[in-house]
Amino acid sequence: MSALTFTLKQPTAQRVDMSPLVCQKLQGMDIDAISAIELQNGKNRPRVDELFYITGMDTQEIIIANASDKLDFIGKELDGGSISVLGDAGAYLGMQMKSGTINVSGDTGLYAACEMKNGLLQIEGNAGDFLGGALPGNKQGMKGGTVLVKGNVGQRAGDHMRRGQILIEGNAGDYCGSRMLAGTIAVMGNTGRYLGYAMRRGTLLLWNQHQLSASFNDCGSHTLAFLPILFASFKTLNSRFADNEVVFNRVQRYGGDMAETGRGEVLVRI
Amino acid sequence: MIINGVTIDKTFAEAFPMKATRAIITAQNEKWAMISAQAMTGFATSVIACGCEAGIERILSPDETPDGRPGVSIMIYAMGGKGLAKQLETRAGQCVLTSPTSALFAGIEGGKPIPLGKNLRYFGDGFQIAKKIAGKRYWRVPVMDGEFLTEATTGMVEAIGGGNFLVLAESQPQALAACEAAIEEMKKIPNVIMPFPGGVVRSGSKVGSKYPALGASTNDAFCPTLKGVTKTDLSPEIESVMEIVIDGLSKEDIDKAMRVGIQAVCDLGAANGIKRISAGNYGGKLGPFHFHLQEIMA
Repeated sequence: MSALTFTLKQPTAQRVDMSPLVCQKLQGMDIDAISAIELQNGKNRPRVDELFYITGMDTQEIIIANASDKLDFIGKELDGGSISVLGDAGAYLGMQMKSGTINVSGDTGLYAACEMKNGLLQIEGNAGDFLGGALPGNKQGMKGGTVLVKGNVGQRAGDHMRRGQILIEGNAGDYCGSRMLAGTIAVMGNTGRYLGYAMRRGTLLLWNQHQLSASFNDCGSHTLAFLPILFASFKTLNSRFADNEVVFNRVQRYGGDMAETGRGEVLVRI
Repeated sequence: MIINGVTIDKTFAEAFPMKATRAIITAQNEKWAMISAQAMTGFATSVIACGCEAGIERILSPDETPDGRPGVSIMIYAMGGKGLAKQLETRAGQCVLTSPTSALFAGIEGGKPIPLGKNLRYFGDGFQIAKKIAGKRYWRVPVMDGEFLTEATTGMVEAIGGGNFLVLAESQPQALAACEAAIEEMKKIPNVIMPFPGGVVRSGSKVGSKYPALGASTNDAFCPTLKGVTKTDLSPEIESVMEIVIDGLSKEDIDKAMRVGIQAVCDLGAANGIKRISAGNYGGKLGPFHFHLQEIMA
């Protein structure tokens, strides 16, 4: 059975809410029923087949082709199965997803993986602000799972993050790990200003030394036993994080944010 | 049945259901992993007075351990789940947490999870850090030599304790040499431990005593110095008897360990003073698992 493929017919001027097109909601539906689903598109509610060419049958393997940054809420609350986005994705990609995998070949907008609970979300390009963050007003962001970004990420990555891991091969913007409650953010590239701002617990794992705020204190250089186990868990990823060359267990440890509880840490490879 | 001049008695070892768990201790090198493992499995020869039976299962190479360091696999057996959990936790806290460079990991996937480092984390006084990696929860506890890394839980499974056989020899040195040869082979079998000192027990017991306060006492029928004054099981030429007790995760594991152990003893044979192999039982009324010597060696 071939993957259920939605190919965007033409660029849409207004944003499209793609949340109805997730594996568990489409399970057991035939093509006619899927075609008749109405999607919010600006102030209109066109049928799926008005916006997309539909091919394939396998609802547990969805492909969204010719995708654009106007397609929001792709994979919202995804609970099993896989979604591949060929092109860019809009905001709220994989929001509150529970399990399964999402792969985006291009870039994503704001709030990708926000309040994600489990599963694997892989972004081949860049991600916008608030990656893995909490919705405005909410107190807990990402609560589990793995987010892998091969490009750069915007500001406030991991804002209010509670658990799980965000792996960034490129650079991170300002306020990376802000208000973190726990979890791990690894950045191979550079980080912006106010790294770990108001983080309470959690780990920021960095390949490059960055100027830290005065509220982070140097705890010295250490060999940490959990790092080889952490890196071993990356082995299955299609990523530079899986390379043997990137593995290290010797770090400079900075504790902070001392303006908060100070139980977080920034670990910098040495 | 006679093997190489050694008589295999037509009897059986009687064993009991137990709960078991396994943990993996790693350290900077094998020496310190072994020191920690020996401490953790110390004073754990018999549930009669130790609360559990524990032993070192085997040495692990770095590529067999979760953190890529040399390690040792240990197993702990107890009569009940609560007792096992308590023994595991106190021993981990006093013997592994305290041991330089050590880390502690689960050795059994599945089964019922019981705390390994889950409560030891409080030693960190709020500075401890949890990490959930590949579905497993770890605790990083700051200690004076760096960080103590421990997995939160390990698995508890059903197991069997009390598999055994007796080596009857013409002299004490010959009995001990045979037992040493047996233990050497039995150590190669996975999923079993021989919890007594060096794997060998010289003070096998029977149930009950003339003293009401004691639940067990010396197995006088196999004491060579009492041959003339008690209802003995020993023939005149037997001067020393030693026992090997085996705890294992399954009947098959204990079968296998008993087979290689008895075979190693028989390889020394009558020429080296080994006369008989027997086993301890309670008439088959107490333990549901029976290990018939002749069936095992058939």
